[in-house]
Amino acid sequence: MAVDTSSQSAVKAAGVDARGRHRGTGTSGGKVRRSLTTHWYAWAMVAPVTVVIAVIIGYPLVRGIYLSLTDANERNVARSIGVNQIPATYEFVGLDNYVDALTGSQFLGTLGWTLVWTVSCVSVTFALGLALANILNRKIAGRSVYRMLLILPWAVPGFVSVFAWRFLYNQDNGLLNKLLAGGGIDAVPWLNDPTWAKFSVIAVNVWLGVPFMMVALLGGLQSIPGELYEAAEMDGANAWQRFRHITLPGLRSVSTTVILLSTIWTFNMFPVIFLLTRGGPGEATQILVTQAYKFSFEISPRDFAQSSTWGVLILILLMAFAAVYRRVLRKQGEVW
Amino acid sequence: MRRGIAATALVAALGVTLAACGSGDGSNGGGSKSSGELSGTVTWWDTSSVGSEDKVFKKLAEDFTKKHPKVTVKYVNVPFGEAQNKFKNAAQSGNGAPDVIRSEVAWTPDFANLGYLAPLDGTAALKDDKDFLKQAAASTKYNGKTYGVPQVIDSMGIFYNKKIFKEAGVEAPKSIAELKTVAAKIKEKTGKTGLYLRGDDAYWFLSFLYGEGGDLVNADSKTVTVDNAAGVKAMATVKDLVTSGAAKTDATDGWNNMQTAFKEGKVAMMINGPWAVADTFAGKEFADKANLGIATVPAGSAGQGAPQGGHNLAVYAGSKNLDASYAFVEYMTSVEAQATAAKELSLLPTRESVYIKPDVASNEMIGFFKPVVDKAVERPWIPEAGSLFAPLQTEYTKVLTGQTTPEAGAKATGDAYRKLLKDWK
Repeated sequence: MAVDTSSQSAVKAAGVDARGRHRGTGTSGGKVRRSLTTHWYAWAMVAPVTVVIAVIIGYPLVRGIYLSLTDANERNVARSIGVNQIPATYEFVGLDNYVDALTGSQFLGTLGWTLVWTVSCVSVTFALGLALANILNRKIAGRSVYRMLLILPWAVPGFVSVFAWRFLYNQDNGLLNKLLAGGGIDAVPWLNDPTWAKFSVIAVNVWLGVPFMMVALLGGLQSIPGELYEAAEMDGANAWQRFRHITLPGLRSVSTTVILLSTIWTFNMFPVIFLLTRGGPGEATQILVTQAYKFSFEISPRDFAQSSTWGVLILILLMAFAAVYRRVLRKQGEVW
Repeated sequence: MRRGIAATALVAALGVTLAACGSGDGSNGGGSKSSGELSGTVTWWDTSSVGSEDKVFKKLAEDFTKKHPKVTVKYVNVPFGEAQNKFKNAAQSGNGAPDVIRSEVAWTPDFANLGYLAPLDGTAALKDDKDFLKQAAASTKYNGKTYGVPQVIDSMGIFYNKKIFKEAGVEAPKSIAELKTVAAKIKEKTGKTGLYLRGDDAYWFLSFLYGEGGDLVNADSKTVTVDNAAGVKAMATVKDLVTSGAAKTDATDGWNNMQTAFKEGKVAMMINGPWAVADTFAGKEFADKANLGIATVPAGSAGQGAPQGGHNLAVYAGSKNLDASYAFVEYMTSVEAQATAAKELSLLPTRESVYIKPDVASNEMIGFFKPVVDKAVERPWIPEAGSLFAPLQTEYTKVLTGQTTPEAGAKATGDAYRKLLKDWK
């Protein structure tokens, strides 16, 4: 959701900007007035959205960037509680926090696992979603029932499914280990062993992410004209060749978009990690956002400066990724 | 995926709204002294365990209105693991904080240092403060003022299943070496695991640390001691208990798993405190209360060392109802209230005068724990006391799950402490 609004706002902001610049280079101020009188309703429509976005996204963003340049923590920020009035005593420290984060092992270590987590989640989710979409695109018996069932993970609120998984994964009393025990297999320490925990969080995220991929790709598949397949079949193309040369290129515009979105979401997928393992055991499954949360809410004294620093670094990384990704697509002739 | 985020946000928003409502209630009317009668609402965040302790405390709290009919008590149970953060969020924003919080001993100086608590000296909350046990009162002081009233005090011991012990033909272990042989014998005779050792809470590590003669820090000499030889040895000891099969552990849901396994007779021993007694008796294995045995924590190379813990009641500095809150704290820590908690939950009182009451004196669990508490190791009551657990927790779990060595784990904890405690050695 956040992604949607911010991308819209970006488009809008860009539009306003572009127009503004034209006006700036223009000669007469009368144009502005005329534009305002004829298009006042458009400005009136945009204004509330702009204000809301400035308040709920702009202000926290600017504030976060400012805090990342200070040494603010729970002890030195201003607060007034009843009779206790405590003034702010934090100081501006420049880029120290960024230097600390980028030269220390913690940020880079967490970034490494965050990348592994993102790449594996997105690739597995995409592969499964594509396979399921292809199956459901055929005329098979009970197709609508399958579609309903496969969309289910998406219909259940995320935190509910994550808690359900947590019960399933419980080492002593969880259903998964009870089933394995029935098959004579030793209990698996799903969330208690670092390697298994990594596997477990990825599995849950894939489970949660597949319906979205599947639905998006199914829509893409249905927009590919059937004649292409018929023609290919007549030319003697086998199933693999049809998939490779018709389906994949036909899905291109859909798949590039869902991969970009899914990468951003997974990179910042807070609830799955936080509710399943809290980043544990130890720090084994801690991704950048959960660690940033930990700095600002779980340790004492809460380190607001470090948390904002990590937040800003996450933003920079994702913006860089999106920019590179779009450039690559454009080079390949994709209009997006 | 998107729904997930939206749902989480919604839940958070609801939480905030509810919390806001809570504080709104608290603001109507203040305990005016002029009329001589207290009025308004007192919101109390209790952290006791749900299903056993909470029932007794809720009843007690609501009975407060018998004394002060115009005061409404709003009882809220906040899970212990979340209460510290939740209170900090609410206290700092000045929105949704309770009037009274049950504050763990290490939280009290931390909250006081941050300016969240009201000083209680000379208020109705601290009537008759000579009666409190010295160890219990120690954690309530910060900068020469008192910020909490001790509600319960506790320490740890070994809880064991007498039936399993009899079946295996073993006695309660006195040392860690004995613990290992006892566990091996239990495994051999009954197929059950000896000890359940919580891996998701570093508080359960303390008796091993103290047993080797170590400590987290030494506040007198301003030295970090968690990574000295004793600290490393303690880490190696717990690691060995798990790898040798004497103990099983967990990195998530440790409390529930430990209680379930013990109550169902799947493990023979656990290290725990008086707060677990009522819940343990609820298990089918302990329908006959006599089946629960209790012994001192196993000794390390330097002797037995159980940590001293407990809870204080503290008043939020921003409370709109200070007078009623002070009266509530006084009532909840009174001799009668403590006697009720002791009788029904086997919790240890913090007042000397409660121990001599007949039904308290005859309680077997209290009779066992009182001498343990008297000898228990006190933690350093520095403002950072509440900050020491997070880094230790991370490294402790890493050691138990084999992600780091005992040496590296202890060292990383020490380094984190030195970063936290400026100018300490």
